[in-house]
Amino acid sequence: MNIQISRRDALLGSGALIVSFALAGSSAGAQAQGAAKPLALTEVDSFLAIDKTGKVTVYSGKVDLGTGITTALRQIVADELDVPMNRIELVQGDTLLTPDQGKTWASVTIQIGGMQLRQAAAAARQALLAEAAKKLGTDNLTVADGVIMAGGRKKVSYAELIGDKNFAIKLDPKQPVKEKSPKDYKIVGKSTPRVDIPDKVTGRFTYMQDFRVPGMLHGRVVRPPAIGAKIEKVDESAVKKIPGVARVVREGDFLGVVATSEWDAIRGAEALKVTWSKSETLPDQAKLWEHVRATKMVKEDTTSNVGNVAEALTKEGAKLRKATYDFAIHTHGSIGPSCAVAEFKDGKLTSWSASQATHDLRKQLALMLGLSPDKVRCIYVEGAGCYGRNGHEDAAADAALLAKAVSNPVRVQWSRADEHGWDPKGPPTLADLQASTDAAGNVTAWDSVFYIPQAGPELNVGLVAADLAGMPTAKVSFPGNIFQLSAIPYKFPNVKTVCRRLETTPLRPSWIRTPGRMQNTYANECFFDELAAAAGADPLEFRLKYLDPADKRGIEVLNRVAELAKWEKRPSPKKAASGNVVKGRGVSYTKYELVRTYVGAVAEVEVDRSTGRITVSKFYITHDCGQIINPDGLKNQIEGNVIQTVSRTLMEEVKFDRSQVTSLDWKSYPILKFPEVPEIVIELIDRPTEKPWGAGEPAAAIIPSAISNAVFDATGVRLRSIPYTPAKVLAAMQAT
Amino acid sequence: MAIRSLTVNGKRVPVTYNDPQTPLLYVLRNDLGLRGPRFGCGLGQCGACTVHIDGVAVRSCITPLSTVDVNKKIVTLEGLGTPEKPHRVQKAFIDEQAAQCGYCINGMIMESAAFLAKNKKPTEAAIKDALANNLCRCGTHARIVRAVKRASA
Repeated sequence: MNIQISRRDALLGSGALIVSFALAGSSAGAQAQGAAKPLALTEVDSFLAIDKTGKVTVYSGKVDLGTGITTALRQIVADELDVPMNRIELVQGDTLLTPDQGKTWASVTIQIGGMQLRQAAAAARQALLAEAAKKLGTDNLTVADGVIMAGGRKKVSYAELIGDKNFAIKLDPKQPVKEKSPKDYKIVGKSTPRVDIPDKVTGRFTYMQDFRVPGMLHGRVVRPPAIGAKIEKVDESAVKKIPGVARVVREGDFLGVVATSEWDAIRGAEALKVTWSKSETLPDQAKLWEHVRATKMVKEDTTSNVGNVAEALTKEGAKLRKATYDFAIHTHGSIGPSCAVAEFKDGKLTSWSASQATHDLRKQLALMLGLSPDKVRCIYVEGAGCYGRNGHEDAAADAALLAKAVSNPVRVQWSRADEHGWDPKGPPTLADLQASTDAAGNVTAWDSVFYIPQAGPELNVGLVAADLAGMPTAKVSFPGNIFQLSAIPYKFPNVKTVCRRLETTPLRPSWIRTPGRMQNTYANECFFDELAAAAGADPLEFRLKYLDPADKRGIEVLNRVAELAKWEKRPSPKKAASGNVVKGRGVSYTKYELVRTYVGAVAEVEVDRSTGRITVSKFYITHDCGQIINPDGLKNQIEGNVIQTVSRTLMEEVKFDRSQVTSLDWKSYPILKFPEVPEIVIELIDRPTEKPWGAGEPAAAIIPSAISNAVFDATGVRLRSIPYTPAKVLAAMQAT
Repeated sequence: MAIRSLTVNGKRVPVTYNDPQTPLLYVLRNDLGLRGPRFGCGLGQCGACTVHIDGVAVRSCITPLSTVDVNKKIVTLEGLGTPEKPHRVQKAFIDEQAAQCGYCINGMIMESAAFLAKNKKPTEAAIKDALANNLCRCGTHARIVRAVKRASA
């Protein structure tokens, strides 16, 4: 089906379309000879180019972290331009070529990045149509496969109109260009196969870990045995006996070995005899929560305040309930440890890495090395799945320091222990909650305090190499917007939610997947369930009772997940069952950040009361993220959210002694394995005429609480400390 | 520097090395330029590095070069099939869209191809057990199991 568009419509659609690219355009060849490619968010040329063969190149500042997002971004552009998917190439995360669309985080790649691309494509299409109308002498045009046709006979292709020239069209977010009507989408909304999977399953894909440049050496960083330890002595004698080792590089307490082969670099690093000072900066893990509670607070953020909580809580007859929840320190756990390559040439640094934010990394590397940012180019190469700010930026800094010292390009591949030990962590989260109810069980007040680390002024995490080398880097790391979802979606008459921002946290913090939203929602949705149980109410109905009645999409999500899971209306816990293994179900809900994607979840669990072992057997998810771009890609993301977060809930916890992280492999930091993975049933609610929202994180927010509520339903025991290891479950059952 | 011959994906190839204890993974990736086998842990815990040696799924990250010689047939993901002509397990993974980042997928395919060669019609539980020591962090497990089942049909 083609779309009828009149030239008048096309011209009326945008106030910005006043420049004719055919006249104003400059040759793309000129760019290759030195003229900088436009990068501003206000230029179509920043996002799109069409060459003489009709190939469309998309320049995306948002990158594919293994989610398949670049297939979805191609779908958006292909549909808006009416070109086939296979005619689109995509360049991602290159500071020389792609606009700075912000970090690839917070589930906004489609919502923000994709919509910027859609605007650029819509503006390009309108300009092409206007040009074609002039050429073909008619307003009645149709477009198919990048060819504009007038009637059946006269036609002109995009390639003929624009091939290798600039569009020279401005974009103004305040005056958005008219986009296609959702009813005309042919690719958006369809389960389009991912472009990367054939290469990934046959060994043809280039991951960051596969990337090589000529003359490249391999580097290995020698990590201190304790955070904050200083080098007292280095003995290189044993290293010199290893053939292939080119150099030992030292810069302050940053120490590395560079060799011609990766294995020789590893052997060299192991052979190096280093005496380090003693350093014990970490708290006693057994008393972690006392430590968190006692940490100096630098400020208090009130994230919501309705009515008068203090008055309601102390009102005569008010029934008070209090609980404390905690969520352990977690790692990202990428299957491929971080990797980067750096090359210095003519005073300029080129850095290849799997950074989520190459434009920010560029500034960080420039600051570290005392270079002007225009002397640094950062290029994204996809690595193993990255669910937040893991070690990639740090590997990039390692490689840059080593490459600078040896003058050859250097590749740094982190070890498993490097990744588990030195990637920045999801910080420990502690929440005190209290609420009051009246005689009928109605909630009269909700009051919560979250203990979470402060956020540094920059949106970056300090680089390990810079810290060790005594070079400049962010002093206070940014942990992500972890205050989010400390506020709640329920309309109680009195609500106050507060985040106490702490001066320090035991390990360098960063945003893991669903940062803050997962930990905070965990506490909120479990405590909400406690109130439902205290009121003798069905927990799903209790949620519906307190949702904003005007929020129809939220109500629909909850009602549909109830139907999907064949939810049996009754209060929790279930009547006591006999036998060791008991079953239960739990519900949870989020409206992400209280403004976007809605998700409802029902978990079914089995608890073995003799061993304390929890089996999550099934998850039902109903998901509304507005307009769906790729339904199968979306399901893949939701499945990932569920499984990764079941793993976090049941077994994950970073372990440390007073000096350093001690859970340095998959045995000491286990993750969910195949036999433990639940069955997942997903219902997508597609709303083609609504804005598309994110899906990379929202479902994860409600997995821990759904499990916790199901365990309570099965056992009558409330678990308030993640992870739910068998030992903790047994202890909680004995205490009840 | 010493030289050793290996048989990789049906071809006899010479490799040079400084240390006979060099894990096979590094030889395959860095000397032979193969990308299928991946470095994940170096400890034999995650399975990302899996290759076939004489039809058996082996963790190449903990297999010293000294234990492998020209008489052993090494097959990597590249040796199974290509995007144009994928092996039935690879095709099933494409059909089920069974990857997110795909970093672990080499291990999933190599492990299940070796498993299916000996187990023609496995149950879902048997597939999960066969893959119990292959780790995936993205949470693609359900699709991977479906893909292995599809390949067995």
